[in-house]
Amino acid sequence: MQLTRRETILAGLGAFAATALPLPLFASVEDSVAAFTGGAETGSDGITLSTPEIAENGNTVPVEVSAPGAVSIMLLAAGNPNPAVGTFNFGPMAGSQSASTRIRLAGTQDVVAIAKMADGSFVRTSNEVKVTIGGCGG
Amino acid sequence: MISRRDFLQASMAASAIVGASGFGNWARLAAQQSLTQDQLLQFETFGNVSLIHITDIHAQMVPIYFREPSVNLGVGGNKGAVPHVTGADFRKLYGIDDGSPSHYALSSGDFSALAQGYGRMGGLDRVSTVINSIRAERPDALLLDGGDTWHGSYTCYQTAGQDMVNVMNALKPDAMTFHWEFTLGSDRVAELVDGLPFAALGQNIFDAEWDEPAELFPPYQFFERGGVKIAVIGQAFPYMPIANPGWMFPEFSFGIRDENMQEMVDQVRAEGAECVVCLSHNGFDVDKKMASIVKGIDVILSGHTHDALPEPVLVGETIIVASGSNGKFVSRVDLDIQNGRMMGFRHKLIPIFSDVITPDPEVASVIEAERAPFADTLSEVIGQTDSLLYRRGNFNGSWDDLICDALLSQRDAEIALSPGVRWGPSLIPGQNITREDLWNVTSMTYPNAYRTEMTGEFLKVVLEDVADNIFNPDPYYQQGGDMVRTGGLGYRIDVNKPQGERISNMTLLSTGEAIDPARAYMVAGWASVNEGTEGPPIWDVVEAHIREQGTVSLAPRQSVDVVTD
Repeated sequence: MQLTRRETILAGLGAFAATALPLPLFASVEDSVAAFTGGAETGSDGITLSTPEIAENGNTVPVEVSAPGAVSIMLLAAGNPNPAVGTFNFGPMAGSQSASTRIRLAGTQDVVAIAKMADGSFVRTSNEVKVTIGGCGG
Repeated sequence: MISRRDFLQASMAASAIVGASGFGNWARLAAQQSLTQDQLLQFETFGNVSLIHITDIHAQMVPIYFREPSVNLGVGGNKGAVPHVTGADFRKLYGIDDGSPSHYALSSGDFSALAQGYGRMGGLDRVSTVINSIRAERPDALLLDGGDTWHGSYTCYQTAGQDMVNVMNALKPDAMTFHWEFTLGSDRVAELVDGLPFAALGQNIFDAEWDEPAELFPPYQFFERGGVKIAVIGQAFPYMPIANPGWMFPEFSFGIRDENMQEMVDQVRAEGAECVVCLSHNGFDVDKKMASIVKGIDVILSGHTHDALPEPVLVGETIIVASGSNGKFVSRVDLDIQNGRMMGFRHKLIPIFSDVITPDPEVASVIEAERAPFADTLSEVIGQTDSLLYRRGNFNGSWDDLICDALLSQRDAEIALSPGVRWGPSLIPGQNITREDLWNVTSMTYPNAYRTEMTGEFLKVVLEDVADNIFNPDPYYQQGGDMVRTGGLGYRIDVNKPQGERISNMTLLSTGEAIDPARAYMVAGWASVNEGTEGPPIWDVVEAHIREQGTVSLAPRQSVDVVTD
């Protein structure tokens, strides 16, 4: 039998291993990144960010990030007045190092994810999400 | 530019696929101007599997005129690549003689004159004859409908899609995917889908709240044909809630979801699929990109962008087939599948010349039964036209010029906006404009003609936004329509610039003055995706305008200055 996610959550089996903590306000995305990484170099392998190419609704855009082996993942919406979305911390008992949430995007912009790995290294990725007023389909 | 021949040879060599197209054959026959049904249907059955593809019918059950675009620009990597080749360039590319039936069916230029000679195209009773003939040669051929089927006519609107469901059921499809169908509202879609005797597919149709696959639409369906296990994966239009009113189907979320597509391909291959077919409503350029990312699809049957291509395009080991719109064409694709591998294909884009192909009487009677209750209304004459009325083209079409004129005069506006949709048949000079013709270019479930003030600055934002949905160099950011049509407003567009820099020289045509970003302009438009839009339905607005005109006469307009270099 295959449980759907809905059934799983309804059955109360979901255990939250991640907590979302708001970041203090930073002047810019790069400041936020620097504060998170301490200025360390960032790689690009081992982190997957799933976002829609075009947001169906800019007020609630589904975002999913996964970085196996991460202890912490920071999410930023680079074009928002306040780019900080949150930082997900994973304890040693976490079954997987992934998180999904919905965020509000002020307009077309990059969503940035940076993961801190268990060995102290960092990986970074970003996707462009387009927010459009839409209207005309073929 | 790499020539088509080089491209095909290079692609085939790289993929070890041998292909043949029936196109060259009927082009020659066409040149002799001696088309017969047998010639149109001539096809040497090949391999062990046959696919029949029809898409974007837009509820056109009876034959129509449909002019293909003369302007269809490609950007980025698709600049100058099919389907972004039109008119004489298109004919040169495929070796089509000027004035031949294939010129008329597939390209623009001399349309009105050729239409007089070759007559209307399409008609689902003729389509049925073609399908029956393929099934006579290959009884277990798969018939796949790419969607945009339950939208686009007076009878389809009045019956909320039931007329098309009844007629299509008579053709006995095996699977379907979706786009405009959702504008019937999610309750009606669910009701119709529940009653379908075939698969309603969409791997990218998700439950919006839970972000998991929607139960009503399975991702794929297996078929065993000619001893071959075939998986057909559905791909609905990815940008439904953006291009169309999301509030009409809030339970559903879409997107390209190519990662899920790859998962589905891997899953069906693991379950023993020897052949994987994607029935897609992505649009052609999106399908090309998806084929370069997702591995393991043999054939993409491509819809949405209404392109009719006489030969498949190869991307890696995937062939992409584009079968036109409005019932003008049916594609037949024969495949040779051996040991889970596509060893070769043979393809023919069959043009439905309605005067050449005999209607199937059985389906003709089903169509007649659907139309009979509305016969008087459909045939009511509203006016005449002296001009060719058509819609397709990136920036304007004479139907939309007429609709914009109607909005300006009937709604007392300075500027009119009309959506850049690609459906809607053509009328040739001298024809009556009937109520059916008017609904064929305006029918939709959100037809209200709004009247509102917009600042010059906001109008620029609108034009830039729509332009990026067409001319973003990355196909995954394209929605597949055409540019919003403007009345009373001229502009210059540089398609290769980034968003925010494409539009310039915006001019109010009534005064010749530059658009002032700070001033408010009275704007009339229709087909707003916003809930609660008020105003009379657009068909009433246009009818009133046509009745005032009596006979419509439109001069070609040059109010959009297009920069492509």
